[in-house]
Formats: sequence, structure tokens, C-alpha cells
Amino acid sequence: MLAKRGRFSSPGFFADDNPNDRKRVNTAEISREIRQRLVRMHQKGSHFGSAMSIVDILTVLYFRVMNISSPDDPGRDRFILSKGHAASAWYTTLARKGFVDEKVLDTYLKDGGQLYGHPVRFGVPGVEASTGSLGHGINIAAGIALAGKNDGKKYRVYVLMGDGEIQEGSVWEGAILAARLKLDNLVAIVDANNLQGFDRVENIQPIGTFRKKWEAFGWGVREVDGHDHGELERAFRDVPFIPGAPSVVIARTTKCKGVKEMEGCFESHYLSVPAEKVECFCRDLEDDE
Amino acid sequence: MRQAFINTLMDLADRDDSIYLLTGDAGFTILERFRDRYPGRYYNVGIAEAAMIGLAAGLAMSGKTVYVYSIVPFVTMRCFEQVRVDLCYQKLPVKLIGVGQGVTYGTAGATHHAIEDIAVMRVLPNMTVICPGGPIETKKAVAASMDLEGPCYIRLGKSGEPTVYPDENIPFAIGRGIRVREGEGVALVATSNMVPTAAEAAGLLEKEGWNPEVISMHTVKPIDRELLAATAARCSLIATVEEHSLIGGLGSAVAEVILADRLPVRLITFGIPDTYAPVAGSQEYLRELFGLLPEQVLSVIREELKDS
Repeated sequence: MLAKRGRFSSPGFFADDNPNDRKRVNTAEISREIRQRLVRMHQKGSHFGSAMSIVDILTVLYFRVMNISSPDDPGRDRFILSKGHAASAWYTTLARKGFVDEKVLDTYLKDGGQLYGHPVRFGVPGVEASTGSLGHGINIAAGIALAGKNDGKKYRVYVLMGDGEIQEGSVWEGAILAARLKLDNLVAIVDANNLQGFDRVENIQPIGTFRKKWEAFGWGVREVDGHDHGELERAFRDVPFIPGAPSVVIARTTKCKGVKEMEGCFESHYLSVPAEKVECFCRDLEDDE
Repeated sequence: MRQAFINTLMDLADRDDSIYLLTGDAGFTILERFRDRYPGRYYNVGIAEAAMIGLAAGLAMSGKTVYVYSIVPFVTMRCFEQVRVDLCYQKLPVKLIGVGQGVTYGTAGATHHAIEDIAVMRVLPNMTVICPGGPIETKKAVAASMDLEGPCYIRLGKSGEPTVYPDENIPFAIGRGIRVREGEGVALVATSNMVPTAAEAAGLLEKEGWNPEVISMHTVKPIDRELLAATAARCSLIATVEEHSLIGGLGSAVAEVILADRLPVRLITFGIPDTYAPVAGSQEYLRELFGLLPEQVLSVIREELKDS
């Protein structure tokens, strides 16, 4: 299937149109490296599972789709991690992208550092917004998208939410607003890993209705395997799914993806990686290739 | 005060096209002229205050100067957490404009009253809290707010508020109280709609032989500690007057300064007791119920001065 370019086809818009970056990057390798780094980072701190489920989404966005050569470029595509508790995955991706020094990752959760458990705007380069309380990102992203449209800018705004997060009413306020403002430069992604803080998502709300809910609010919807780089990229290159409307990619994922022992495990929201397991989890990830 | 706000904003918006105005479905008879003159910079977000604050934040992150308008409880308390995280934590230059301070919307009942807003806004780091004493201070406050790098909350009345100034030449600066009347012995420090009340009470005190000072403390955060110290040096009694709970508002802010700066002065506070309005009533009726009429303020101060 040919990747469709969508309506914003112009030179330099997509990552691999960049004349300095003609070689298509091996995203499978990048994702593996990010996951291995996360295994090492999460010997303390919560949300290991939440970070692992979004690695492929982040990889495809930052290395295939988004036009973002530097964190300060005013014309850059923007990404907001609305499910801020997965901050470690964002930091690691930004380091892999070269925006943050790799050594800074060692300061994760350390006293006096800038790598908080939830991202803080400008804490490190590339972190666009302070998130961590859920349900905020979609509205902030809508504001950035609106300014872009009004100013005739070509950038897109991507906002990544959790499937528990979309229980927040403010998400649906934003959904109404974005559709009514015709923010076709806004792309939401739902990390649908079916686990939340204290239950399975399907016990709190029916997960089979996600598509219909977003469609009813006027959004274009695509459902993909959130760990399949090809499927993710094809979806992202197809936005806006409906002309003149915001788009949402519902990505079916697995919490703790890559670490067989913990995949889909509820406790991975809170528990860290035991020190004695670090090496074997990293080997697990090698074998996944 | 609403007219003073929108007239000033339109003046500013004429010269600065980064100014945006968002409303949460409020503004009937007030915002129409702005809407019609700047359609690309005005949005009725609908009855969606959390989204409104987030949208304002995103716009501010993209270089816009955003004013957000609704009645006080809906622009401060309905979306409090969004104000806290999107605006204060991120230090964005978004200006919250709240209409209907205190019990302005008297008969509407407590859902439309604003008796906790000063308290909850001033506890937020990076938030500037301005409660103009009337239409002239409103005009100055809105213009001055343009220079703030962080978020601010401007507490307005509605319409028809009296002014205590003969003209517009007042020394207005954010963070600096205004000495409306110089005096000694006793000072009335008021904010927002209670400034005219304090001025009236001072007039009554004057008739009884006192020489009261009247201060409009429009900026409750950051409060003018220097002015309070100077006042405490000349007065043995300070009375704060606000149409707001006695908990956490102007009175508490002044008490904090007196304690921290060890000011040698007695403090009494006028405000709304820890209750929602127990009956329906106009603003005037409720003011009397809560002891906020000038004659009532006078009588308490008179007793207090007798004991000194």
C-alpha cells in the first residue's frame, strides 16, 4: 500500500523529505534502544509500563513523520505528551533525537535535576508543555493548532493521550472545540493499552466504543496496531482523515511492550524494574529483533 | 467596570494584533463590539471552561496575549486546576477577567457569587491578583496587565460602580496601593467594590472628628508591603474591607504582612462570614446582612477606636 501524503505535501514537510536526512532511519532499532534505556532508567520510579507502551508511537513520530529538526525551530511540528506520566519515554526519545544530551538521562528523578516524573515545559529542550495531570494536553494542543492556522503556519500539532485519560471531561470539551474550530492540523493519538491506575480500562468504560465516540464528535478516526511502525506511519501520513477535521489515531498497544515477563501486567503502572532483572530484560529486547 | 475593561481592551487590540479574547459563553451586551471588530481574535469557546484555559495556554505558548472572560466563579474555580497547571505552572501571560465580584449577582444565589476567588487565586504561585476599586482603576489595570509575563486575575464588578477619584490621573502601578485619602490614627484598606464603601465610611468618621486614611489595595498579590508599613507607622488601627470571605482574602493578606514584617498595628477585618448567602437578596441587601454598609463599618470602627 502506498503511503498517502495527505494535504500538506510540500518539500521539507515530512521527516524524510529533509535533504540532510535522505536515508530512511531504522526505526525498529531506535525503538529497541529506547526500550533498553528505559529498562535501565526505571530501576526507580513508577510508570515503566506506561512509558514502554508508547515507544513505537514516539519513534515513528519523531523519526519518520514530524518535521522537527530542532526544538526551537518556530516552524516545527509540535508534540505534546498529555499522558505526562510516561515522561521517561519522551526524555529518552528527545535524547535519541539529539535534543537532549544522553548523559542528562542519568539525572532522571535525581535531586536537583530537570527530569521530573512528569514533564515540565522547558525543563529540557523539546519538552513543549508541563503535563502530568490528565486531560490538559488536547486543549493546549488545540490552542497551538489554532494559532498556527490563524497565522498561516504549516506546522502540525500531535498530542498523545492515554485510554484512561480520555475519561476526563476536559478531553471531550476539547474534542468539541477542535472539531468546531476545524483544526485539521491537530492529530491526537490514544495509547490504548487497556490498563489504568487501579483497574483495566474496559472495566471503567467500554473500549470498543472509542471509534464511535470520536466520530460522533466530528473527528476523523483510524485504528492501528500501536507497535507496528508501518501501520503507524501510514496512518500519520494520511491525516487529516476527514478534510477540515481534526484526526485521532487509536493505537492498540500493550503496557510494558517488549518485556515478556511484564507485558500487559497491571502492576507495571507503579512498580520499578528490579535491579536483578535489568540485564535479562535488555536481552529480551535484543531477541525481539 | 465591564465597559471600562472592554473599551480598554479594544484600544489595546487596535494597536497589538497578538491580543485574543476568549469567553465561556458570557458577555451579553459587553463583548459584541470586540467580536465584530476582531473576528479572527475572538472565540466564544462555549460552556467549556477547562478547554478554554487550555486553549488560552496553547495560544499564549504561540505568542498570543490572551484575555479570558467569564463570571468570577467560572473563570477561577470551575477551571481551577487548569489555571494552576496550564497557566501558573507554565508561567504563561494569560489574563483572567472575572465579572461579578463578591455578591454583585446577589439574587442569583451562591453559584454566581464570588466570595472565595481572591483566596484561591492568591495562593497560586506566579499568579498576580488585581481587584480594581472602580472603573478608572480597571482601565489602568487592564492596560498594565499587558506587561505581565505571568498569569493574572482581574476581579471586576459589573456596571454602575461609583468612582472615588475626581479624574483619571491616578498613580496606578501593579503592586502599589493607592492612598485615596491621606490620614492618621486609623486606616481603611479596601479592595475591589468596597473601595467606595471604605471612602464613604471614612467620610462618616471624619464627621466624628477622626482623620482616617483610605487605601485602595487593588493588587492583593503581590501586596504593597511598603505602603502597609508606612501606614502602620502613622495609624494604630487598620481595618480591611472586602466583599469576600473573611478567610483568605485581603484581610488575611494584610494579616500575613503584619505578622511577617512585625508591624506595630491592630487589625480588624470586614468581609463576608464563612457562609453562603442564606437568603436571596440584592447586593445591597446582602451587604447589609453581612455588615458591609458604610454605616455598619463606621459603627464597628468607632467602637474599636473607643477601646484604644
